[in-house]
Amino acid sequence: MLSLYRPGTSALHRLPVGAKLIVLLLSGIGLFFVTNPFVLGGTLLVVVGLWCLAGIPLLELLRQLRPLLLVLTLLGVAQVLLLGWASAFAVLLRLITLILLATLVTMTSRTEDMISALERAASPLRVFGLRPHRIAFVLSLTLRFIPLIKEKADEIRAAQRARGVERSSLALLLPLLVKVLRMADHIAEALDARGLDDARDR
Amino acid sequence: MFLFEDVEHGYDERRVLHGISVELTERRIAVIGANGSGKSTFARLLNGLQVPTAGRVLVDGLDTRTEGRAVRRKVGFVFQDPDVQIVMPTVAEDVAFGLKHRGLSKKDIAARVAGVLAEHGLTELRDRPAHLLSGGEKQRLAIAAVLALEPECVVFDEPTTMLDLRNKRRTTKVIAELPHQVVVVSHDLDLLSDFDRVLVFDGGRIVEDSAPARAIPAYLDLMAPC
Ligand SMILES: Nc1ncnc2c1ncn2[C@@H]1O[C@H](COP(=O)(O)OP(=O)(O)OP(=O)(O)O)[C@@H](O)[C@H]1O
Ligand SMILES: [Mg+2]
Repeated sequence: MLSLYRPGTSALHRLPVGAKLIVLLLSGIGLFFVTNPFVLGGTLLVVVGLWCLAGIPLLELLRQLRPLLLVLTLLGVAQVLLLGWASAFAVLLRLITLILLATLVTMTSRTEDMISALERAASPLRVFGLRPHRIAFVLSLTLRFIPLIKEKADEIRAAQRARGVERSSLALLLPLLVKVLRMADHIAEALDARGLDDARDR
Repeated sequence: MFLFEDVEHGYDERRVLHGISVELTERRIAVIGANGSGKSTFARLLNGLQVPTAGRVLVDGLDTRTEGRAVRRKVGFVFQDPDVQIVMPTVAEDVAFGLKHRGLSKKDIAARVAGVLAEHGLTELRDRPAHLLSGGEKQRLAIAAVLALEPECVVFDEPTTMLDLRNKRRTTKVIAELPHQVVVVSHDLDLLSDFDRVLVFDGGRIVEDSAPARAIPAYLDLMAPC
């Protein structure tokens, strides 16, 4: 989820990220008003066509859907039981279409461009005293450090297992907290060393 | 360029550096010594990440206590663990990070990032998430990102400790070829064998300060098991 971007030069890659996000948003709203299964099926085909246009192998499409298989099946069964076949079909088509479209947008857009698009979208919030560039900065830091924190957690878990401690969330949480706090100190120092203080009063 | 005047440093009440007075003008300076002897503290004093608890540190005449920001513009710092030094999610963004805060235009930033990536063999990795890089690639990125800011001097705190032999040699070569003044903290004697000056630390004091030919044997003596 954090690193879907596939470098490429297709038309979809070159499209401004803001435009892609707006299309995604509008489709998300629009699709919920469509109930005709043929229109829904057609939309799905269009999205699949866009995947091909982006030069991403269709196998990848299945790979992205696989982890969602269970949820989609459960949802499908529930819908069939509660609302019948037709409606279950429509709901699933809608969801799959949207998931594929959203994945496609993330796969063809750099995170940095998405973040700056969000930064621009958030600029009206300036009137409430918010600083969009700070929001963007925090988002980037988060994207950078979530995987690192996960790495640390894995390390601690491995070390504990090596010493015979099996899964215990408390035994994981405390040392993780200590590590993360220490890491935060180092990161703060690195940010200063790398010139963040230059920006402090901007 | 660096002038230490009677510098002491302590964390809380504990003093870890005592009476340091040196002037560092040579182009390549190494700092060696036992674990806990105060090398990293000394390194952090060089760019004002730490300020002395007594005495002064001057960088080109600027006091790190009052001119920290200007000092950090002159003096880049490469940390031992690139994981905490890389702060942006992808390679290119990380190189652009410091530049953005310098207020350069988008176009200038893009040009400079492209140049720096090419110079350090990172162009292929430009959109790679930082957490998927190998240790050697991370260190290369950390160094590239610091050099992108065009500092006059670069301080390295154990730049090769976490690297395999190939990356160690690579980094050693990169450091050797830098035109900048460099101060390198290291336990790696190969790295500093052709440096201009070596400071040996022990217990928070400089116990030897000379060319490698003299300083390295002194350090080995110091490290000899009793
Ligand atoms: N942030 C800190 N807070 C408190 N004490 C610290 C801090 N940083 C370092 N020290 C202490 O200061 C002393 C000198 O540490 P320093 O990191 O400068 O040593 P070093 O020579 O770099 O060691 P190493 O070779 O292990 O990196 C050590 O006793 C250390 O425990
Ligand atoms: Mg150290």
